[in-house]
Amino acid sequence: MVKNVFATRWGIIGVGAFIGIAAALLQKFGNPGNMGICVACFERDMAGALGFHRAAVVQYMRPEIIGFVLGSLIAALSFKEFRPRSGSAPVVRFVLGMIAMIGALVFLGCPWRAVLRIAGGDWNAVVGLLGLATGIWIGVQFLKNGYTLGRTQPGPKAAGFTLPLIMVGLLALMIIYPFVDGQDKTGVLFYSLKGPGAMHAPLLFSLGIALVIGFIAQRSRFCTMGALRDLILFRQVHLFSGFMALLVFALGTNLILGQFHPGFEGQPVAHTMHIWNFAGMLVAGLAFALAGGCPGRQLFLAGEGDGDAAVFVFGMIAGAAVAHNFGLASSPKGVGPHGIAAVFVGLVICLCIGFFMRRKVQQG
Amino acid sequence: MSVTVDARGLSCPQPVLMTINEIKGGSEKEIKVLVDSEASRENVSRAAVSQGCQLVDITQDGEEYTILLARD
Repeated sequence: MVKNVFATRWGIIGVGAFIGIAAALLQKFGNPGNMGICVACFERDMAGALGFHRAAVVQYMRPEIIGFVLGSLIAALSFKEFRPRSGSAPVVRFVLGMIAMIGALVFLGCPWRAVLRIAGGDWNAVVGLLGLATGIWIGVQFLKNGYTLGRTQPGPKAAGFTLPLIMVGLLALMIIYPFVDGQDKTGVLFYSLKGPGAMHAPLLFSLGIALVIGFIAQRSRFCTMGALRDLILFRQVHLFSGFMALLVFALGTNLILGQFHPGFEGQPVAHTMHIWNFAGMLVAGLAFALAGGCPGRQLFLAGEGDGDAAVFVFGMIAGAAVAHNFGLASSPKGVGPHGIAAVFVGLVICLCIGFFMRRKVQQG
Repeated sequence: MSVTVDARGLSCPQPVLMTINEIKGGSEKEIKVLVDSEASRENVSRAAVSQGCQLVDITQDGEEYTILLARD
């Protein structure tokens, strides 16, 4: 067995630090404010680029997401960790992905972005992070009481390539139909002319950084939900040290680059409705905990062949479409017209999944 | 005597939870944990050691790992 340096304490801290610095740089090079990397927002932008929703300000085929999956695939293949597998309640995972995305879009960010928002001085995200921790805490109670989505089964090798190949296809579309100045559609792809979707770092820069992050995150098992979950469940700080490194290094880089602007008001792609920042992230956190990983981790798992994680990713993309088509997603003005109802519905569904998906695990 | 915890096919954190439950609740001297991913192997080993267990041996058979733990 080869020793995996990324799985050590310093390894995970190094990975968190790299992601923090990279995210701040991506913002410097064109990504939206406090959104150097946001898995939820970027999957939402991809849903927009494909026309699954038609919110004009959030349409862009984000190379970061593509790079995360492919970087993880390369790492998994290089270290013989590519394990095609699936069958652990995929349809439930799809629903959890949808709800996770809807909750994240009420807050406006995934756990990565929650940390990046704090690192940029957006104190609204502190409230979001508390909601996330509360949601994960509820998930932990279910886990302690025997919650499970069941076992996966090993699958044919080819099955594991499904999401990575789709990502290659999406990258190809982006190259065939590139953004043309002043044009909101090229071929089949939609582009934003203003708003966060119009803000992006150069394609190769984003893709290159994302490939490295995908690679090292697969090796280190970096997971923001796992960081809080293991802390709550086992008092274990391993993943949490990576999570903290992400915060500290993003903050440091932001201070150097002049990207730190403390306050509640006027923060980029954020609103100040504390209750719904908290509640949106609570629902998202619970969904992540029940699905066993934050949105980033789901991409890395999908890259190493986990078909159930891939289904969760599709669920998130579908959730983004629903969130924007039905007015569930927030905007800098505040929650969407049906955002509050969506939080309650999402919470009830998650609680039902937590209560009913229970099975005695066979031992012996 | 030994007891076996079969955590194959289960995702995080269930293998760790099952192992810790066995360490805390069981009485056998030896605990054998079956997992089928590197992440689970690392997590279970890390958690068992932090619970004061001894990591005796890890054997690999194809895509599966058997982690042998000993209680003090």
